[in-house]
Amino acid sequence: MALTAPEIKEMILEILPGADVQVQDMRGDGSQFAAHVVSDEFIGKNRVQQHQMVYKALKGKIGGELHALSLQTSAPE
Amino acid sequence: MTNPVHDRIKNDVTSNDVVLYMKGDAMFPQCGFSATVIEILNYFNVPYETHNVLQDEALRDGIKEYSDWPTIPQLYVKGEFLGGCDIIREMAANGELVAHFESVGIEPKG
Repeated sequence: MALTAPEIKEMILEILPGADVQVQDMRGDGSQFAAHVVSDEFIGKNRVQQHQMVYKALKGKIGGELHALSLQTSAPE
Repeated sequence: MTNPVHDRIKNDVTSNDVVLYMKGDAMFPQCGFSATVIEILNYFNVPYETHNVLQDEALRDGIKEYSDWPTIPQLYVKGEFLGGCDIIREMAANGELVAHFESVGIEPKG
């Protein structure tokens, strides 16, 4: 079963509580998502580490049920 | 414990300045994300080498373990994993990528 945008958002928030998470279903069919995540937890981490934290939140679904997730992360300004 | 695929990757990424693990090759990328990174590398005109993970199942799994990164493409510069498509695209757009190439002494092909 394909994931939905709210499910993805919930999974990210479980690992990064309080983060500002926006998830968009780019085609409306669950095949391609874009997520923008801003979290205090990202402070002092480089982009690779920030993305790895989000990937961990998605528990191995990337590359499987979740083929295409375009990700943008940042620490709060 | 040594893993022969990890040893091969380590050798490739340390003996070449810019290495891209991708789906397809530079002439015929077989995935839009891989194609994007190729376009960026061509735009900055730096020398690079590519490995096609679609032709090597062990490499396809091994590269994901090596970097603890679940997706392809993966770009390595001077042995360091720099990022996948999203990160490279962001770095290219905001000038970080060219600054990084300069800081490690990688110059456009003459």
